[in-house]
Order: sequence, then C-alpha cells, then structure tokens
Amino acid sequence: MSYDHERLAQLLAALPPAPRGWVEAAQELPLVRPRIDEIVTRAEADAEFRARAVTDLEAALAAEGYEADEALLRALRTRLRSY
Amino acid sequence: MSALPTDAQLVARCRGGDHDAWRALVERFSRYVHAIATQAFRLADHDAEDVFQEVFARTYEHLDRLRSDEAIRPWLAQLTRRLCIDRLRAGRREEPATDPIEEGAADAEIERLDEALLVHDALTSLGEGCREILDRFFARDESYRAIGAALDIPPGTVASRISRCLDKLRAKLEGRNGGSAPSGDR
Repeated sequence: MSYDHERLAQLLAALPPAPRGWVEAAQELPLVRPRIDEIVTRAEADAEFRARAVTDLEAALAAEGYEADEALLRALRTRLRSY
Repeated sequence: MSALPTDAQLVARCRGGDHDAWRALVERFSRYVHAIATQAFRLADHDAEDVFQEVFARTYEHLDRLRSDEAIRPWLAQLTRRLCIDRLRAGRREEPATDPIEEGAADAEIERLDEALLVHDALTSLGEGCREILDRFFARDESYRAIGAALDIPPGTVASRISRCLDKLRAKLEGRNGGSAPSGDR
C-alpha cells in the first residue's frame, strides 16, 4: 500500500489521544476493582445508599468512609449510570 | 532499544496479573477505542466515556476467555462497536425521533481506524523525535509555535522536520513485511 504525506496526515489525525482521565481510570481498574464490586453490591442491596450515590457519588462515598480517587469515581459513575 | 511487546505478549502478561502490562495495553488501545466511540458512532462525551470504561472493564474480566491473544484488537473493536450500538439504541428508546444508527458507515470508519492504528504503531517504532513531533502536529493539532516551544526547536524548522519524519514513517510502512508486532500489524 502506498502512503503519501497527505494520506499519512489524515491517518495520524484519525487517532487523537483519549482524554487522560479516561485512560488513567481504565489503567487503574485492576487496583480499584474490588472496591467497585463492593460498592456496587452495596448499592444494589441498599436503595437509600443507591439513591444518594446516584445523586452525589462523592458525598455518598465519603459518608460511608470510602476513600474515592478519580479512577474509582469514574468507574463507579459508569457502573451506576444505569440506575 | 528493546522491541515493543506484541499484542499477544501484552495479553499474556496481563493474564498473569502484571499491572504494568495492563497499563500498557490500555495505553496502546485507548485512542482506538475512543475513536470508534466518538468518530465512528459519534457518541456524546458522557456516553463515549461510559463505553470506554465498560470496554476496558469487560476486557479485563474476559482476558481468560479470549479465543486468541493475537486477536485482542478485533475483539476490542467488536466489543466497542456493540456497546456503542447498545448505547445509541437506549438513547433512541428515550428519543425515538432521532436518526437511525448507520452501522454500515460506522463499520467503514472502523476500517479506516484499523489502518490508522497500523500507522500509529509504525509511528511508535520511530525514534522519539519523530514520534513526538508528528503526534503533536497531526493527532494533537498543536501549532508550529507550540511544538517549537515544547521541543525547544525554532518554529521555522518544525515544518521541514515534520516532512522528514513523514518520509521516515512512509519508508517504515512501505518497507514492513508483515511481522506480528503491536496491534495494527496483521
């Protein structure tokens, strides 16, 4: 296959970086996964906690004593978005 | 300089619990998954982010069940595609008047992104200087001035350096002979 400069430019431009926060959250998945599972299980079993988590996740986690970093928050928001 | 691990090597190391390998795998495919969600399916940012996180969460869960370690790229493409369509269908249930999902157009775009990933992999194998300048100019859309300042080179020489690096990239792509290196190679 032939690649002139114009074609290379178009293909290079087709893959801009994903937002750094998204990438870092995905990279931390193995570390935060046990906590995610624990919190999601709790949210599924406890309607009141679930409602608070959906409304204000950081406050709900803080009230329950969870330390929530950015990776955990992003992953949890994704999981809880369907509620 | 050591060669980059192949996709299969990265997957095998991830399966063995190597966190650095997982980080590298996410880094390698993050642009690809992001581009499928935002360019092929044109998801809004919050939907694209959900799909992005879901893709990597499921990938991590299913590493043991991959049919072939070499097949991680097409597997990711299919998973991202399916989750994007699910997301669009869910949106259409809430807003039925929106346009139909054009899967054919999205698939054509994914083919283009496959080729873009191959070019990106070739770029990764060039020296740091070329990799940095081409990525900044084309993928990050930075100006000559910004690139010159970041790389400590006169803005007036940025264009000629980009041209030389494109020549190197072209030679790399046209000279490659189908070995199984990172992601796009197939």
